[in-house]
Amino acid sequence: MLEFPLCCLEIGKSAVVKSLSSHGALRRRLSDIGVVEGTIIKCAGRSPLGDPAAYVIRGAVIAIRDCDSRSVIVRGI
Amino acid sequence: MKTNNNTFDKTVALAGNPNVGKSTVFNALTGLHQHTGNWAGKTVETASGIFKTNAFTYRLVDIPGTYSLIAHSAEEEAARDYICFGGADAAIVVCDATCLERGLNLVLQVMELCPKTLVCVNLLDEAERANIKIDLKQLEKELGVPVAGITAHKKRTLKNLTDRLDELCASNDPIAPRRLSYIKPIEDAAKITANAVENELKLPVPAKWAALRLIDGTLTDEINEYSKADILKNPEICGALEQSKKLLSENGITADIMQDRIVGSIFKNAEEICETAVKMPARNISKADKILTSRALGFPIMFLLLILVFWLTMIGANYPSEFLGAGLFKLGDLLGELFKMINAPNWLSGIIVDGAYRVLAWVVSVMLPPMAIFFPLFTLLEDLGYLPRIAYNLDKPFHKCSACGKQALCMCMGFGCNAAGVTGARIIDSRRERLIAILTNSLVPCNGRFPMILALISAFFVNSLSGQSILSSLLSAVIFTSVILLGILMTFLVSKILAKTLLKGEPSSFTLELPPFRKPQISKILIRSCLDRTIFVLGRAAAVAAPAGAVIWLLANVSVGGGTLLSYITGFFDPFGQLLGMDGAIITAFLLGIPANEIVIPLIVMIYEQSGVISEISTEQLYSLFSANGWTIVTAICVIVFTLFHFPCSTTLLTIKKETGSLKWAALSFIIPLLIGIVMCFGINVFAQFIVYSV
Repeated sequence: MLEFPLCCLEIGKSAVVKSLSSHGALRRRLSDIGVVEGTIIKCAGRSPLGDPAAYVIRGAVIAIRDCDSRSVIVRGI
Repeated sequence: MKTNNNTFDKTVALAGNPNVGKSTVFNALTGLHQHTGNWAGKTVETASGIFKTNAFTYRLVDIPGTYSLIAHSAEEEAARDYICFGGADAAIVVCDATCLERGLNLVLQVMELCPKTLVCVNLLDEAERANIKIDLKQLEKELGVPVAGITAHKKRTLKNLTDRLDELCASNDPIAPRRLSYIKPIEDAAKITANAVENELKLPVPAKWAALRLIDGTLTDEINEYSKADILKNPEICGALEQSKKLLSENGITADIMQDRIVGSIFKNAEEICETAVKMPARNISKADKILTSRALGFPIMFLLLILVFWLTMIGANYPSEFLGAGLFKLGDLLGELFKMINAPNWLSGIIVDGAYRVLAWVVSVMLPPMAIFFPLFTLLEDLGYLPRIAYNLDKPFHKCSACGKQALCMCMGFGCNAAGVTGARIIDSRRERLIAILTNSLVPCNGRFPMILALISAFFVNSLSGQSILSSLLSAVIFTSVILLGILMTFLVSKILAKTLLKGEPSSFTLELPPFRKPQISKILIRSCLDRTIFVLGRAAAVAAPAGAVIWLLANVSVGGGTLLSYITGFFDPFGQLLGMDGAIITAFLLGIPANEIVIPLIVMIYEQSGVISEISTEQLYSLFSANGWTIVTAICVIVFTLFHFPCSTTLLTIKKETGSLKWAALSFIIPLLIGIVMCFGINVFAQFIVYSV
């Protein structure tokens, strides 16, 4: 399957995290909410203005901005 | 369970993710009232309370809600430090049954530090409704620590929790909590430093845990402080640390990778535990969310809700206000009679009845009804969980202004009270973005200001429609909402300007949880919003109103050289007021209203009353009194704009100074809205004059 940044995940589709390309604060923030290698993420929707998007991550719905989710490389499932 | 006794046997730390009902548990156990909200970061200062069970008297310490103890934010650091060095005998970790996996992430970290951990699975009723099945026995077996299932707002279920806590604290049996293990190089590196830590330092936390935090450098300062020495000067620890770091780098493990492996291991454990103990349907965004945040309906619904809340406030407040006003004024007349009967001097009855009492009566009758309606409605939206959706919808424009979407939450809180909004800005992690939120908070009208705006709208804009109460109140709601939108627009504008000038910087990363919608507890909302908020805000206003009324009366009745003191003061401000489309009386009232904005209109009325006393409070009376003093529709517009944009009240200013720790930001938050108000009023005035002359 193709690997692509999380911000490109279509609504309703799921993907599994392959790697994080960010460093420092953003990387820690993402790992805090459970975005680590192997986590399955589903894109649940987008805010009315298109950004941020809401993702289902480990049972919680969390909004992440596209500029932040771009650093998460996922593989479609 | 309540006790005022200050002695206790055991100290218990209460931890948990944000928004899992931790504060509800705390309040239910200790009988204290700590306000809970449906968004992250409400508990930022630690609160503690005492409660008694059959076995012990406990001191319960409510520590900040966090997702993790790997300290990145101030809350996480505070939570970690308390669990590490706070000296608690045991810890309770509250988890949300509908989102257990993430809660376990914290449980596993707390267990690592404090083996006497009790896991409290809250919101079992919601889990049941969502068809989530949790095997508490199995969970207990997997974790190796006791687990108690509760529904915090049902008090009887709390007995589960207190029974297990008694058991845990009474027992001396060794506890074998599930241990976290990492890949071999990390384990080996940890072991080397852990040995040194064990030999050299006496720490209240496990050596391996401390070793890992020393390797990544996140706990060095705290350990130094705890052991009152510079441990990096300790040769054995230094040597061990070097050896550990060398081992890691030989295996290609950078700081990022180590962090990832540690976090990954914790999440993997949580995932494994949930696989055996929890059966749940796949989680998705709720149907309500699909509508409330949809492209087509998200914004219209948000604005309609805003109008609805203000409209309900207005029609609901109308009659009680008139009723209260009439009653309180009658009482004032009686009070006057009483003073005459006991032959009190004129100045005494003047100060007390015509001064203090009348302004107080005004404030109570104009403020109390809208507050008693607005606060519960606002709390209802808050409890439902709608506020994070507002932040979600509005994040993009805030992002464009290099600010944080969570600023929308502070802004909403600002509608209630700007001081609360300023405190609420703590949920924003980045200091730069937090300052933007604080400095712009008073650009939306708080509950002290909007009855003022409402009164002026009813008097000057919808007066002609009187009799058609629904239509007129709807029209006022629409005009009022436009005023609010002006405030919101200005918030964006000022945020953007600040981000480009004084508070330059890139927007930081943003993650916002959208918690499931919760069924609000109506009776609690009523009690809490009425008692906590309404009485508090009203009490503060009343405390200021009475003395201010007395001062005004004195100023109006002490004459020096042909004029009253008040006329000198208003005369002094008059040219400035005229420039802004207002007059000296209005400016004087705004200045005297610094302690509480609520009293501005009553003060204006009092100042004007020197030329004729109004007998009761009604829209018509207000209109005729103001018109008689030279008000036009332009004056009303200018006063409304100035109400929206002037200096924040003294409580807010003090809060800003406390939150930012600097006089500079407090001063700036005074100047910015004032400048906007002056410029806008001046502009409106000049424009109006231009129209008048050219017609």
